[in-house]
Amino acid sequence: MKFSFVLYALLWVLRITAWRHPAFRERLKERNLTAQFLSQADGRGRWFRFQDGRIHSGTGVKDNAEVLLIFKNAHIGGRLLMPPIDHLEQIEAIKNFQLMMEGEDEDTYWFSATVMMTQHIGWKYGTPVENGETRYTSHTNGGPVFVYVKDGRIVRITPIEFDDEDPQPWEIEARGKTFRPPRRTTLAPHGQTSKSLIYSKERNLYPMKRVDFDPDGERNIQNRGVSGYERISWEEALDIVEAEIKRVNRQYGPGAIMVSRTSHHTWGNIGYYISAMNRFANILGATTTTLNPDSWEGWYWGAMHHYGHSMRNGAPEIYGLVEDCLQECEMIVYWSSDPEVTNGVYGSFEGTVRRQWAKELGIKSVHIDPYLNESAAWVGGKWFAPRPGTSPALAHAITHVWMTEDLYDKEYVAERTTGFDKWRDYILGQEDGEAKTPEWAEAETGVPAKDIRALAREWGSKKTYLAAGGMGVTLGGACRTSTGAQWARAMVCLMAMQGLGKPGVNFGNLQFGSPIDYSFYFPGYAEGGFSGDLTNSGNAISLYQRMPHLISMNPVQQTIPRLKLPEAIMDGKAEGYPIDPRFIEGQFFPVHYPSPGHSPVRMMYKYGGSYISTQPDSNRYARMYNSESLEFVVSQSIWHEGEVRFADLILPACTNFERWDIGEWASPQGYGYDWIGQLNHRVITLQHPTIEPLGESKSDFSIFLEVLKRLGHSAYYSEGMTERDWVKRMFDASDLPRHISWKKFLRKGYFVVPAEPKSNWPRTAYRWFAEGRKKDVPEPHPLPGSYGENFREGLQTQSGKIEFEAESLKRYGQDPERPPLNRYIPSWEGLGTAGLLEKYPLQLVSPHARYSFHTNGDGKDSATNDLMDHRVEIDGYYYWIARLNPEDAAARGIGENDLIKLHNDRGAVVCAAQITNRLMPGVVHCRQAAARYDPMGKPGYSVDRGGCINNLTPARSQSLKTHSAAYNACLIEVVKWNGETDLDGVTPAAQPAPAPELVPAK
Amino acid sequence: MSKWNMIVDAAKCENCGNCYLSTVDEYTGNDHPGVAAEMPLHGHKWIEILKRERGQAPMVDVTYAPVMCNHCDDAPCMEAAENGAITKRADGIVIIDPVKSKGQRQIVDACPYGAVYWNEEKEIPQAWPFDAHLLDRGWQHPRCVQSCPTGALRAVKVDDAEMARIRREEGLEDFRPDLDTKPRVHYKNLGKYRYEFIGGTVAAARGGIEDCVEGAEVVLKYAGDELARTATDNYGDFRFDGLRADSGVYAIEVSHPDFPGASVQAELGRSTYVGTIALGG
Repeated sequence: MKFSFVLYALLWVLRITAWRHPAFRERLKERNLTAQFLSQADGRGRWFRFQDGRIHSGTGVKDNAEVLLIFKNAHIGGRLLMPPIDHLEQIEAIKNFQLMMEGEDEDTYWFSATVMMTQHIGWKYGTPVENGETRYTSHTNGGPVFVYVKDGRIVRITPIEFDDEDPQPWEIEARGKTFRPPRRTTLAPHGQTSKSLIYSKERNLYPMKRVDFDPDGERNIQNRGVSGYERISWEEALDIVEAEIKRVNRQYGPGAIMVSRTSHHTWGNIGYYISAMNRFANILGATTTTLNPDSWEGWYWGAMHHYGHSMRNGAPEIYGLVEDCLQECEMIVYWSSDPEVTNGVYGSFEGTVRRQWAKELGIKSVHIDPYLNESAAWVGGKWFAPRPGTSPALAHAITHVWMTEDLYDKEYVAERTTGFDKWRDYILGQEDGEAKTPEWAEAETGVPAKDIRALAREWGSKKTYLAAGGMGVTLGGACRTSTGAQWARAMVCLMAMQGLGKPGVNFGNLQFGSPIDYSFYFPGYAEGGFSGDLTNSGNAISLYQRMPHLISMNPVQQTIPRLKLPEAIMDGKAEGYPIDPRFIEGQFFPVHYPSPGHSPVRMMYKYGGSYISTQPDSNRYARMYNSESLEFVVSQSIWHEGEVRFADLILPACTNFERWDIGEWASPQGYGYDWIGQLNHRVITLQHPTIEPLGESKSDFSIFLEVLKRLGHSAYYSEGMTERDWVKRMFDASDLPRHISWKKFLRKGYFVVPAEPKSNWPRTAYRWFAEGRKKDVPEPHPLPGSYGENFREGLQTQSGKIEFEAESLKRYGQDPERPPLNRYIPSWEGLGTAGLLEKYPLQLVSPHARYSFHTNGDGKDSATNDLMDHRVEIDGYYYWIARLNPEDAAARGIGENDLIKLHNDRGAVVCAAQITNRLMPGVVHCRQAAARYDPMGKPGYSVDRGGCINNLTPARSQSLKTHSAAYNACLIEVVKWNGETDLDGVTPAAQPAPAPELVPAK
Repeated sequence: MSKWNMIVDAAKCENCGNCYLSTVDEYTGNDHPGVAAEMPLHGHKWIEILKRERGQAPMVDVTYAPVMCNHCDDAPCMEAAENGAITKRADGIVIIDPVKSKGQRQIVDACPYGAVYWNEEKEIPQAWPFDAHLLDRGWQHPRCVQSCPTGALRAVKVDDAEMARIRREEGLEDFRPDLDTKPRVHYKNLGKYRYEFIGGTVAAARGGIEDCVEGAEVVLKYAGDELARTATDNYGDFRFDGLRADSGVYAIEVSHPDFPGASVQAELGRSTYVGTIALGG
């Protein structure tokens, strides 16, 4: 009864929708087909015939229906079809074969999406504003935005200024002043340049095939990266992808297809790679690449062993830091910390105003960085410039002064730490005969001993925040070098001596730990979106319960450590250590490629950004693409740049401004826990499709769907829904419906999460630990079983305390580069590297880019290229910038804006010289990750002028028992460029330089 | 009659580039009739950030100054314009008419600030029009102010008497006082941009260990006359700022009750870090 009633109602829903909406009438004209609803138990049902735009329907069963929806019985059918749809019941019915769908994918998806369309076709979204413009909302990797659109074109993209009905922000009272953040969002430069990226002339607007690639004949693999492309139709492109997937699977077996991506993507929970791509890869069955903890290297592999926090990748607690710092702190030590450049993570200039408050309050700053970085230049304060890679020695010397001059918190050390005696013996030289004095450190770091003493004394006598890395609580800088783990370990040991968690003593630079509402639930991108991936995302924790959807599992258990990808492809084998943050020891489990019984990779489905330029020794990746073992490479990408030009086939993806999505600012929850703590206001945006996809580009969701339709997987992939339906499901899964109606959210496009009353603010990080109480900050880490005794008592370490001698490394006992006591081991590529130094006397540091976000925002003919400190235009070409000290420049006859060649045995890059006193002699500064890779001869074997500085950086892991990049351990020479395009000593026949020998610990 | 003014605080600018990028965003791909024709994506810097780096490692500072059309009350471009191509609005904003200005390259040359750019394709002079079209629609401030994260840019609409008061009270000045064009863009904290410093570090040995000397008195002399005095900080650092470039030879005399004094001379071209002055060494 209910079954037949609901189906009859559906008929009228379809008819009324058609009557009201011309677009739906057009939709109905797309296909002629019959959809049959059937109760299996009694054979009853209703058919719907779509014919030339008209809908016919009747009770009973039509033979030869193109779409067949089978319900186990009428009762179940009635229950499942009665609105509102209960997704949990629906997917349970699917899993239990109570609901089945038969038919060709093109028909079944068309029919289900048409039914779904009745739900969303009437949605009105966006806000009409003056001048005939409509204001939409969207999201960049550096902040939420308003998007003003007129006549189908984006007019402008701006940060969001809150209106009168948006909530008031929090206020902090400190030292007699009241501070409140401005009622607006901030926007990073790479977000502010979005319009120029969307309308870039370097967009992939059509499917393209390499001109000399013939899947049925000569593939000309040797010409990848060299030959050009021809436009083909989507039909032709999908034919090739389908045929190659089927061929490779049948010919080689599981593992032969790799689906691979880089670390970041365009914003949005549905379209993000962890969402759409993970679902696609799992359904397809694919070899994956495993990430190194890039930008957390030293913290993950090193610091964690002293104080735990595996689920923060070794980063410290973040709560309450803004208030405590403003109220109590006397000095901030920025150590390899440039928050004005790194913008939190995805966060833009949210900490900027707080650092202005700190200035207003007279909180002192000092800066430790080989480069007088942008934050140092802006905040001001004493600058210490250690030679790259030597910061651990500087830390040890500070420790030495504290120990010898009684400038540390003895009570805290006694009660909250272990292993101090051994540490003291090492620092004072009683163990190895070499006291780690400031004079000892001066020889290593270049920082005068008297300055080290002065810093140690000031630090030891002032309540000090240690801003370690860009976030203040890790990220980038000195953790991305050969001594990265040593440095991060040293940072924890320093704080252990000064009473971490006591008032005014903590990690941070005011970038993290603002008193926002952390309890309001909105899923972060790493919670997996609609991936259904319970293994490789945070989906299982909350989102899966709140948004029941079909799970997906990868039937291929083969993964390649990303840093070893070229070796895996070219040599056929690789080993590495994947990230497993559940517990400290998770990092000790190696993976081997190929996996037992799996095929080596033969086909690469490359998604999004670039390995070339973001990964060390990037030329390796160019060589990899010329490997005959890689028979087919398809790249799904927005822009025609860098690595994309090595693909055999290019599938044009649109930007997130051209499709539906939903997301919260700076929330990679599921990976980065409560990183929203960097914000002044939590802002969740509906990401409107502000314009139609340009050219023939499509959303990633749609491209995956089109591929999977050809394999019969489209219903599994989409659950019959479109992106906008998933956006609504994500909205419903969050706490948003309790605060704003869908209708209003559609129009307004954003929601500002109200601040909490002060009584609800999280307690200050580590205060519980310093005071010997139960953990009272709102993070569910570590896992209950990781507390050695009582729940919430102590840290994740074996002792529950901060361990100067790390028990976990002692138990592991297999890594001479990571001894349990954090001994100073000089860089394997630094000023002590005999044999190399004579040839390449300059140290290159390449920290995160300021105006681009890795490759996003750079190149692409974007407006960013014209910023004076981003690129320099010389003779019509925009060159990447390399910075040199005047002394080094003069010694080489180099003048401002001269074209110079930075080179070593791994490669050569032409840059524009910028001569600056912000570096000590002997150090060259260049930012990482240009989007352009522009080899002037054979790719992988010639001089690049795109600015791909990672052609020079070493492939070696920081330590061999980890999977960690050491970008800042890099010796080079610089000369004026004479126009040569060949690499010295690097020829197609030459092998990559072998990794340096393991340096044994003393 | 209240009029628009821009206040630029050089101490707050950190060179994030958002003023430039937001302006490119507003004017590329868009035609704003009566205010500005489309701007070329590359080559025009209607708002540009200038940089000034001083000193030598490890005593270095960097100052940024965003510059743009000054919307002068005595605008040289208006005098150079023919055909009424440039007008001054009642709210102080100077507009180069995108139609009437066609072919008038002399307008570019007339601007002593170099703030007017020539659009080769359209053959028109162009400059930042204070986002007049947006202000006319009720926007509270131009794009560059909206996107500035530090408050380095501040647009105020006040009458001239009030602006004169703000100038006095906040110590504002013209970017180029020598030009006297009555600009409506006012600057704050340009000292580090305009002037030079002499700095150094004072150290002394005790028991064979060299340490920074805090609280040493340092006197700066020029031609025998004392110009200024200061004390070293806990890193032994001192700095005399506000000196003119190429201003000659200065003497620095250091004294401290516990150590013998010392003195050095420095010829000031551009800002100079004299290095470590060892007392009694």
